[in-house]
Amino acid sequence: MTYASASIPAVAAGRADRWPWFGVFAFAFLILSQAIAIITSPADRDMGDLQKIMYVHVPAAWTTFIAFFVVLVFSLRYLWKRREKDDLLAASAAEVGATFNGLTLILGMIWGRPAWGVWWTWDARLTSTLVLFLIFVGYLSLRAFVDDAERRAEWSAVVGALGAINVPIVYMSVRWWRTLHQVQSTPSSMDPAYVLGLRLNAFAFLFILIYFIRQRYHAACLQRSTEHAEEMTALGGQQS
Amino acid sequence: MTWRRDWSRVRAIVWKDLVTERRSKAGFSSVTALGVTILVLFGFALGPDAQVLRDAAAGALWLAALFAGVLAFSRSYQVELESGALEQLLQYPGSRWTIYVGKLLSNLIFVGLMLVIVIVTAIILFQVRIPATWPSLVAILVLGVVGVVVLGTFYAGMASRIRAREVLLPLLLFPMLVPVLLAAMSASKALLTGDLMHEASAWTRLLIAYDMIFLVATLLAFEHVIEA
Repeated sequence: MTYASASIPAVAAGRADRWPWFGVFAFAFLILSQAIAIITSPADRDMGDLQKIMYVHVPAAWTTFIAFFVVLVFSLRYLWKRREKDDLLAASAAEVGATFNGLTLILGMIWGRPAWGVWWTWDARLTSTLVLFLIFVGYLSLRAFVDDAERRAEWSAVVGALGAINVPIVYMSVRWWRTLHQVQSTPSSMDPAYVLGLRLNAFAFLFILIYFIRQRYHAACLQRSTEHAEEMTALGGQQS
Repeated sequence: MTWRRDWSRVRAIVWKDLVTERRSKAGFSSVTALGVTILVLFGFALGPDAQVLRDAAAGALWLAALFAGVLAFSRSYQVELESGALEQLLQYPGSRWTIYVGKLLSNLIFVGLMLVIVIVTAIILFQVRIPATWPSLVAILVLGVVGVVVLGTFYAGMASRIRAREVLLPLLLFPMLVPVLLAAMSASKALLTGDLMHEASAWTRLLIAYDMIFLVATLLAFEHVIEA
């Protein structure tokens, strides 16, 4: 079983200095998008200004799913090609995805309390988002508890892929479970005045997601190359 | 005739596991006792009202099966690890999936037998009225147990070999089993109350799909898990 760990230090060191600028851009874009969304959208007839939380909650939910899709793709790619880079990228995406997932849940609760009068309801989307969060908390815990790098990569790739496969099944089963008991309230169709703000913020969150994953990945690569260097020193060999 | 040789490997592993279990006996009886204990605790939590108990019976049964099952799954690898038997098992020639299928079948038998006792207890304790459609109830039970055992056996292969395995196995396993639990609990509950909305067949199809998807996926992935 070959395990291409030698390729780790080759983390595009030359291009790394451009990334802080991307981060600045991403956050500036977010602030701008939020401002535009809040200024252009009128107060909602039923919810008033409470509706504004949509501009952070909905993009956070979308980016969560994008992040976990990245986990699936790079987990499968790791199992196929066995390159440590893919493992580290999947892990970075899982960490950032879990953060956005938690953010989605908390923002949803903050909105749900005044809008529905409860912090939590066993609605299909809420429940499946929570289950998704738990699946990826399991994934991250597994990574935390396995010390051997190769074993960690192998196992977490399998767990990540199985978890991602399960997402649509969980969603479907939770939806059936709810709809068979009570009719789900459908969200009213969106007024065009809200669409621009939502789209802009979706892109802003996407940029931030890319920036976060990339930064996390960079840190993970540095950490791994330190570990490799330490191993080499401990073995008495030359540091490469 | 490779499949015949593979099959004899599977049988050998099942036989080995069952003999180990039969000789020690402590494993089976303690896991079953735990399942029954959990049912009793659910009875206390829900109160003595017969209708409440009847409504919650399916859920309590499945949760008891799950908690007791987790112990069974981690035991099935732990006995291998204690005396370094797993390394030897891996050194035998032949496909790795036969080890997984062998473990899977022996766990199915183990958990199935445990469930028979737990179910009888649940029927008595929760005053369940057995409906005329009991064969479909049995089918749902079997499908549900297959789902639980497939993923349980698979995840235990990893979790039993790391620190903090007691926490990690349920943490990995339970969220993954949400569809099985919802389907099995809802379908059993529907059948116990007469299935007025004909929802049991939809849940049964979901269970079949889930079992097939994860059986194939875990068979493909087991080699990565056991060799790492």
